[in-house]
Amino acid sequence: MEIVKKKRRKAKVDRSLCVACGCCVKVCPVKAITIVYGAYAQADPGKCVGCGKCAKECPASVIRIVED
Amino acid sequence: MKKHWYDYLWIASALYLVLGFVNILFAWLGLACFFIPLILATARGSKSYCHRYCGRGQLFTLLGGRFGLSRGRDVPGWMKSKGFRIGFLVFFFIMFFVMLWNTYLVFAGVRGLSETVTLLWTFKLPWHWAYHGTLFHPGVAQFAFGFYGVMLTSTVLGLATMVLFKPRSWCVYCPMGTMTQLICKARNRAAIRGAGEEAPLRHSAAGSEKG
Ligand code: SF4
Ligand code: SF4
Ligand code: SF4
Repeated sequence: MEIVKKKRRKAKVDRSLCVACGCCVKVCPVKAITIVYGAYAQADPGKCVGCGKCAKECPASVIRIVED
Repeated sequence: MKKHWYDYLWIASALYLVLGFVNILFAWLGLACFFIPLILATARGSKSYCHRYCGRGQLFTLLGGRFGLSRGRDVPGWMKSKGFRIGFLVFFFIMFFVMLWNTYLVFAGVRGLSETVTLLWTFKLPWHWAYHGTLFHPGVAQFAFGFYGVMLTSTVLGLATMVLFKPRSWCVYCPMGTMTQLICKARNRAAIRGAGEEAPLRHSAAGSEKG
């Protein structure tokens, strides 16, 4: 049987431009994003469902939804 | 999501602006917005002020989000550049020290009390209705006028960029946000370097904060 690898959409943060405001953390429905060391946001690919809510909220627009 | 007491701090921020119209001495309370973020960043290496306690940010989320007073556009590239963010932080603090200097001059008796609030570092708005004398030195009132000007200016700028861009655009160049991020980065330098480009998430467990 052939295994079809489903493409999944994930949030990816541009760490160099993230202002660590935490707006993305608040809107994520599955709590996939955390602010690391008060420096930048990081999405857990294991939890992220690619809904794009964080990307829409991010005031700096530094989150992209990418397929992996 | 469960609401916490600190999710209502936007009320405090709105109230602060109103109180400044009633009695300017209330402006002193705004010092909390300077010291609390700095203490949290310095002592704990976290931006939890931004994530939890900042009423101003919540106010922008509410007005720009729930009330739809925002075009929701992306901020221009230069606004999120390091150069602009740090430049604005420096400018903001230079103007802050100018305000402190003017307060000092009143304390020193060189200058009389100016019952005005300076908006956008330029426009002197008459504000005498909010001054009912002080039990202390007029310099105490001068600081209140000056500090309220700082708070009003940042609110007006924040509202302008809220309307033009995304609701929380102010957070991109907010001097307190930039400064606390710089402090956190300096304080957690080793850990951040250790985390590398693709930080394994188990590393983040120690340094992460829940919003
Ligand atoms: S895309 Fe959705 S699930 Fe993934 S981090 Fe953003 S808000 Fe959370
Ligand atoms: S909302 Fe954007 S800028 Fe703010 S912490 Fe999240 S990714 Fe960074
Ligand atoms: S960046 Fe400034 S306005 Fe935004 S949450 Fe932090 S302190 Fe508040």
